[in-house]
Amino acid sequence: MSYHVDEKGYYGEFGGAFIPEMLYPNCEELRQNYIQIMEEPSFHEEFHQLLKDYVGRPSPLYFAERLSNKYNTKIYLKREDLNHTGAHKVNNTIGQILMAKQLGKNRIIAETGAGQHGVATATVCALMGIECVVYMGEIDIARQAPNVARMKMLGAEVRPALSGSKTLKDATNEAIRDWINNPVDTHYIIGSVVGPHPYPDMVARFQSVISKEIKAQLLEKEGRENPDYVVACVGGGSNAAGAYYHFLDTPEVGIIAVEAAGKGIHSGESAATSALGKVGIIHGSKTLLMQTEDGQITEPYSISAGLDYPGVGPLHAHLFKSGRGEFISITDDDAMKAGMELSKLEGIIPAIESSHAFAILKQRKFNPSDVVVINLSGRGDKDLQNYIDYFNL
Amino acid sequence: MTIENRIQKKIQEDKKLLSIYFTAGYPNLNDTVKIIKDLEKSGVDLIEIGLPFSDPLADGPTIQESSTVALNNGMHSELLFEHLKDIRKTVSIPLIIMGYFNPMFQYGVEAFCKKCQEIGIDGLILPDLPLDVYQNEYELVFKKYGLINVFLITPQTSEERILAIDNASDGFIYMVSSASTTGAKKGFGKEQKAYFDRISEMQLKNPQIVGFGISNSQTFDQATEKAKGAIIGSAFIKHLTQKGTEKIAEFVAGIR
Repeated sequence: MSYHVDEKGYYGEFGGAFIPEMLYPNCEELRQNYIQIMEEPSFHEEFHQLLKDYVGRPSPLYFAERLSNKYNTKIYLKREDLNHTGAHKVNNTIGQILMAKQLGKNRIIAETGAGQHGVATATVCALMGIECVVYMGEIDIARQAPNVARMKMLGAEVRPALSGSKTLKDATNEAIRDWINNPVDTHYIIGSVVGPHPYPDMVARFQSVISKEIKAQLLEKEGRENPDYVVACVGGGSNAAGAYYHFLDTPEVGIIAVEAAGKGIHSGESAATSALGKVGIIHGSKTLLMQTEDGQITEPYSISAGLDYPGVGPLHAHLFKSGRGEFISITDDDAMKAGMELSKLEGIIPAIESSHAFAILKQRKFNPSDVVVINLSGRGDKDLQNYIDYFNL
Repeated sequence: MTIENRIQKKIQEDKKLLSIYFTAGYPNLNDTVKIIKDLEKSGVDLIEIGLPFSDPLADGPTIQESSTVALNNGMHSELLFEHLKDIRKTVSIPLIIMGYFNPMFQYGVEAFCKKCQEIGIDGLILPDLPLDVYQNEYELVFKKYGLINVFLITPQTSEERILAIDNASDGFIYMVSSASTTGAKKGFGKEQKAYFDRISEMQLKNPQIVGFGISNSQTFDQATEKAKGAIIGSAFIKHLTQKGTEKIAEFVAGIR
């Protein structure tokens, strides 16, 4: 079994392009061209040059000695938090802005929840001098003021999504509507491995630099390319897709996906899609999603805005359904404590999204000889207020 | 199909067809049957009953808002079927359910189709069910229950794809007037006219009914100059919002 996308855009039963006809030409243009463009030597060169000089890659693979001692296993951190703009998101936006240029597009749109992807998009648009419109739920705009200010400083227009629940899923709907209304000159930079084919595959390929580097770095440090486990948090799932990518078809590498349980899986306030979701269609993709019995998409909850999405990328739905991935969900409380622990033990304040991945160490036993790579997808600066409120700092 | 579908009969009539879309459960939960009856009495040719969805990607603000209200009112698939169970005792014009694919998928595609046949629904419009998935997985089920699936084309749809859609259709083609979500425009310009002419010249086997951006008699006349008919949605919903369900005939009379 392969865990990569098939030629029709599916991962097993998941994926595809369930889009209105108005979007067909846009997605089709991308589908026909994305692999060819990505494989052009000049594209490849420009992409990797920017990742090196602008983003600061390769990001270090750091042996977390004190954390390893505490949990009696060998833990490496993939330091995506050290990237420019503070998270893995920029790997994808760099790739897609170059893709947009190749396709002759002169206007960029994006959706954002907490604002991380919005900032990463606004950043690359500033870099390239391209017009940028970011859709953000009205409620998120109110609670993420620093990122709204960052996007504005970077020259982007932040448009409030006023429909539905006024959060990430609605911002995504608004971005899709914008694309319907501007089919020719605009490229939509989706921030995760979600949406219609070819987005999940394209975004995973841009993020796959993470696992490519892990292999080379681990070879240097451990004399082996493959860890025993790769651990990543999953909202839509882009950092996870990047961290797993080059290990998907290597069964001896265990894949662990960490979802946000919010206040508890069955509390009614959760974002643990693999546990609570059913197969359905969200944002043009057939995948697992949280919905009512009648097929209305429901609003998830997590303390971490980046994991607060009612669906999951089709790759991850396939990893779950096929049993290739081990899915664990972590509550707000456990994530916050894990974030504090990493700060104290290693001097690294993680994004709350990433804190979820660290929280499994208390629940999931590893052997002392196991090599466990945890993808530290982002830094915690953006979450300081949350940490302050939670711990009364 | 053994019995000729009402849509197929209707499109043979020698007139320009007026189709009206409204969201089931809007403005009030139990308005659906009354709206359908009043629309038929007012001389409307086809009715598209919108099954509300939480995330209507292809719709502009008016239909989004009506969907949110309808869902908050408590509308859902099973309840809509319940409301419509006796509709064929009084209503004889073609009825189409328009909605997004996920609610139908959760209901069970075959169960949904079966229910539609029992009630006397003639067709479905599901903007996010793509042509290839329909043909590979669902066409036989739709046909088994005598349902016509209506596909959309837009000004960006390639000629090759239009021909494939024409081939897969057996009622009419829903011709989206411009690159846009639903909602009223000021009128149609040169670009739309060229597009209407281009499609007309293709001599497709299915007639075309134009939707998106039609709000009054002027836009209706422009849209139907070449096409077989036109669909009004957002403008009718605005009318319901402003004047309630008592003045439906007045709205229809203003169109033609």
